[in-house]
Amino acid sequence: MMAFVSGPTAVIEPLLGLGLALPVAGVNWHTFFFLLFAAVACGFAVAVVAADNVVRMALYLVLSLGATAGLFFLAGAEFVGAMQLMIYVGGTLVLLVFGVMLTAQAPFVSIKGSAGDRVLAGVVGAVLLAVLLQAALSVPAWRRPASGHVGQPAATPIGMALVGVRVDEPDPAAPAKNRRSGYLLPFEIVSVHLLVVLVGAAYLARAKRRKTPRAIEVAASVEPAASVAEHAAIGRDRPRGASVLAGGRS
Amino acid sequence: MADFLINTAGLSAWLAWTVTAVLAAVLILNVIAGGALVFIWAERKIAGRIQDRLGPTRTGGKFGWLQSLADGIKLLAKEDLMPEGADGMLFRLAPYVSFCASFCAFIALPFAFDFVGQRLNVGVFFVVAVLGLEVFGVILAGYASASKWSLFGAMREAAQVVSYEVPLGMCVVVPVMLAGSMDLVTIAEKQAGWFTSWYLFHDPFTFVIFWVYVTCAVASVNRAPFDLAEAESELVAGFHTEYSGLRWSFFFMAEYGSMFLVSALAAVLFMGGWNGPIPVAGLLGLSEGNGDTANYFTRLLGMANLLGKATVGVLVMMWIRWTLPRLRIDQVMTTCLKYCTPLAAAMFLGAMLWQVALPGGLVPGLGRPAGEVREGWLPGPGGGPRTPAAVAAKVAQVHP
Repeated sequence: MMAFVSGPTAVIEPLLGLGLALPVAGVNWHTFFFLLFAAVACGFAVAVVAADNVVRMALYLVLSLGATAGLFFLAGAEFVGAMQLMIYVGGTLVLLVFGVMLTAQAPFVSIKGSAGDRVLAGVVGAVLLAVLLQAALSVPAWRRPASGHVGQPAATPIGMALVGVRVDEPDPAAPAKNRRSGYLLPFEIVSVHLLVVLVGAAYLARAKRRKTPRAIEVAASVEPAASVAEHAAIGRDRPRGASVLAGGRS
Repeated sequence: MADFLINTAGLSAWLAWTVTAVLAAVLILNVIAGGALVFIWAERKIAGRIQDRLGPTRTGGKFGWLQSLADGIKLLAKEDLMPEGADGMLFRLAPYVSFCASFCAFIALPFAFDFVGQRLNVGVFFVVAVLGLEVFGVILAGYASASKWSLFGAMREAAQVVSYEVPLGMCVVVPVMLAGSMDLVTIAEKQAGWFTSWYLFHDPFTFVIFWVYVTCAVASVNRAPFDLAEAESELVAGFHTEYSGLRWSFFFMAEYGSMFLVSALAAVLFMGGWNGPIPVAGLLGLSEGNGDTANYFTRLLGMANLLGKATVGVLVMMWIRWTLPRLRIDQVMTTCLKYCTPLAAAMFLGAMLWQVALPGGLVPGLGRPAGEVREGWLPGPGGGPRTPAAVAAKVAQVHP
């Protein structure tokens, strides 16, 4: 349990040379923070599934993803950690806004699955976990902790390959068509593909509105309060005179 | 610092690191909290002067300089209210989320060459990423209050911050491109010398993009004229309508912390950080390598320099706030999407082309050519050929 307490259990430390002695155990901060972040990430991941309020879920998800970013920072992968914060944690924020805007019909709506759903989700999750564990444990290099930096595989070659420079090229002097290619083109193709999917999803999910003026009038008069926030975000969507949200001057 | 404790004071490694970390955290906390005290007082005085009145005059002597402290005591003593229908946990948590995000961004912000909580090689990116998380606390507050004013305020803030992150990111990329590094320390060091080597004056495009950055920074920290989230004329007080006492003050500490942060970031990215306008330390004969005392003194001077620049930035934000009327939400979005984003994109392109056309700067010798140092370990211009073979050799050397 106390894996982060290393060395002899009671080491006498001179405190700032004042002659003050404290009986304390040396703490390996790296292990301590690793366990802390790992526990936060896993614990809140479970909490995301267990919670039944969409905003609380988002909060737990942010904490879990933030702890994962902490793990990246701890491993010295600062760029990946910052990416994790920017894309996943920041993305959850947008997800939350749209989740609340699109699903909330009443304040503090709760999403409760039936017992059958929970069992099914548990089975699927357990199977996935088993597959992942099997895959992770079957990599021989991961079984024991690597010591030091010497001989450790680095992410640099992959990163360089992603921008088109293959540093693992066995024969750099070979003509260009015989050399290994980078991953820049596949990467770009995948990102364009994702963009197309995103545009398609937005097209499918957008609200279908009829264009007749009468229908618009009716919609404006019986508009539920929840969709007003949507108009606030969209801005000009609503005639200015009718809007309480149009903003004033201080 | 940790090395000093280990080698000189004879502490063991874990205790030395603990002391270092706690000290850094306490210092950063005091920058935020102490800064908020001073800036709230300054804001009252500036607002007063702009509106042709005196502001606080009595609390603590002539200039009312104890006003913030009195406010603080009042806030401490105030009853901590929570609406009956609120989501208690989220309501209590929201101010801390905002404050933590503001605090975390300070970790990577350098105050002088060595005075940085944690030097990250992706410092700019980290600061911008963490700064965007502050809005999460605001959204939680708005939602958990179970009040429509709060929710409207939070939704406005979400829409605004998410939109303004785009041009803000583009503005930040330009100094990164010029310096060839995302490390804030490196970016500031590349602008060492007189103010002519600041990126603000590097070329016309960076000069324009600096003002785009100022606009986006004001919007992203939710200050007037972009303070739609707390538009008191129509939303009571926006997202913090239901908050009182200390929880309320946490939002404001986060806001003032963020104001200071974006100002300091502007100083580091565009105005040389702790360098210039006049290289005082250099003229005094203090430079790196003159011994520890000289180094330390140089850094103290540099820190005063950076804090001064950041304070001027915050004061300018106050000036803007009390001068301009609040925008409407559609005007806020228009400013972002129709003006700031295209302008930032065009200026980015311009700065890039300028680099290609005039790599040595407009007047040779005035200002330093940017982009000569790429990631330290990579061979590049001046450091040997940058062919795949050379890169491979260097990588093999670094990662055997």
